Amino acid sequence: MSQSANLFAEQEANRRRSRWLVLGFIAFFAWLGFGGDWILYLGTQHAARGEYRHLFPWFGMVMTAVGAGMTWHAWKTGASQVLWATGAQELTAARTPEERQLLNVVDEMAIASGVPRPKVYLVRDADPNAFATGRDPQSAIIAVTDGLLRICDRDELQAVIGHEMGHIKNLDVQLMTLLASLVGTIALVSDGFGRMLRSGRFLSGAGRSRGKKGSPLVLVLLAIWLLSWLLAPLITRLLALGVSRKREYLADAMSAQFTRNPLALARALEKIEREHAPTTSIKGACAHLCIADPLGRAVSRREGWLADTLATHPPMVMRISKLRAMAYQEIKRAAAGVSPVGDLGSARRETVR
Amino acid sequence: MIVLILALLVIAAVSWLIGAYNALISLKNQVANAWKQIDVQLKRRHDLIPNLVETVKGAMEFERGTLDAVVTARNQAISIERGNSTVAQTAAAESQLSGALGRLLAVVEAYPTLKATGNVAQLQEELTSTENKISFARQLYNDTATLYNTKQAQFPTNFVAGMANASPVELWEITDAAERALPKVDLTMKPTDRSRA
Repeated sequence: MSQSANLFAEQEANRRRSRWLVLGFIAFFAWLGFGGDWILYLGTQHAARGEYRHLFPWFGMVMTAVGAGMTWHAWKTGASQVLWATGAQELTAARTPEERQLLNVVDEMAIASGVPRPKVYLVRDADPNAFATGRDPQSAIIAVTDGLLRICDRDELQAVIGHEMGHIKNLDVQLMTLLASLVGTIALVSDGFGRMLRSGRFLSGAGRSRGKKGSPLVLVLLAIWLLSWLLAPLITRLLALGVSRKREYLADAMSAQFTRNPLALARALEKIEREHAPTTSIKGACAHLCIADPLGRAVSRREGWLADTLATHPPMVMRISKLRAMAYQEIKRAAAGVSPVGDLGSARRETVR
Repeated sequence: MIVLILALLVIAAVSWLIGAYNALISLKNQVANAWKQIDVQLKRRHDLIPNLVETVKGAMEFERGTLDAVVTARNQAISIERGNSTVAQTAAAESQLSGALGRLLAVVEAYPTLKATGNVAQLQEELTSTENKISFARQLYNDTATLYNTKQAQFPTNFVAGMANASPVELWEITDAAERALPKVDLTMKPTDRSRA
């Protein structure tokens, strides 16, 4: 197998894994909403004439509507809020050579990825970091901190921008906005649910319908459903984090595809890792859009199941070793003298350094 | 029952046909678009060169040969692309120009005093970026074109290829061995061995 096949296979595997996670997320969301309607329907379908029968799935409909509303709002206001919160300023005309270089590098990566050139924003923060945001690839925004410009050379900066371009091309901003809104919806509804349960109104209502024809199946389903709701805020958050980590690996692989230089990104990540001070101007809410976890959380730096479930980003060590493996494949392929014709990876790029 | 199954099979076949056809057409357009991207960048480079030569001419009186090679390669590339050139012809002409520009960049790199001049440093970044843009545009073109070529040859999409008027497109290959190598700083280098197209 050639290097390029590996590179694209890696991307495909990541896409597949995150697709399953997203499907699981949506199935869980549907179970929480329409599942409840289904149980209520089962519980009330033999109710006597004149008594309440649950025929219209209003619960699922309301949840879908709330989710859609929150997603729409986040989608409309998300980008400007993130930029406002970080104090980022648009960079239109370069004043220094570093800014000129940044604009050029963004141009280059836009060409390599085949998406329109995003707007560039600068964040006045000494800690190296970068993030992508925006509604769609046509109005995408890439923001980088002063710190990143300070520590990265041209190739490393190019690799980091390539990673952000990967997020834009994969529509990760939209995906994560959607997931965050659904997590928010579930938190909201489960909060209201908890209050209803505590006030006892819901239980008495359910009890009445159960008193009539309470088949064991309905009771078990109801118990599972209520338990799902109890755990829902936690489960959905973990699922969203799982998707986030898969998308980080994918963006790394995309960067390697665009720059054909995985080692540059590995070097950049090492440098960013070394300056592990938290990026104070980037708040937790947009952590999943950054090149490295801006909160400098300990979980992002460790391996093991805890880090595997709680971090927005995969462990740096893992990301760097995956990038090194890609570079190794490339060297091996070159050494084997594989003909460059007709091979995706071989469209060899000669960057002038 | 059998009629229903047959109907479902026909629907499945037709929807596959539509999907495969549209995928090929979409890839075809992507290839054309990627080629246009290369064109834009090549034009940019051709426009940049007169300025570049003007700026460094004074400071690089002792490197006339390197500068002349750049100008010659540029004019040659423009005249070749004005006609109905193939991908291979364009690629060959542009790789001459890339080689000449690479040597110029290497020369600039070798003279710290020259680099210290504000104009030259800025120009160096412009040149680096332009070269990168061309190679990234070429990379995108080659990636998309390979995908397109593979797709139309693969079973079972190859049955639709004729219908979608798909034929293999030429890749932008790097033909010049000199271009593959990183430019070396050689101050005795004369442009004469590069003037052959």
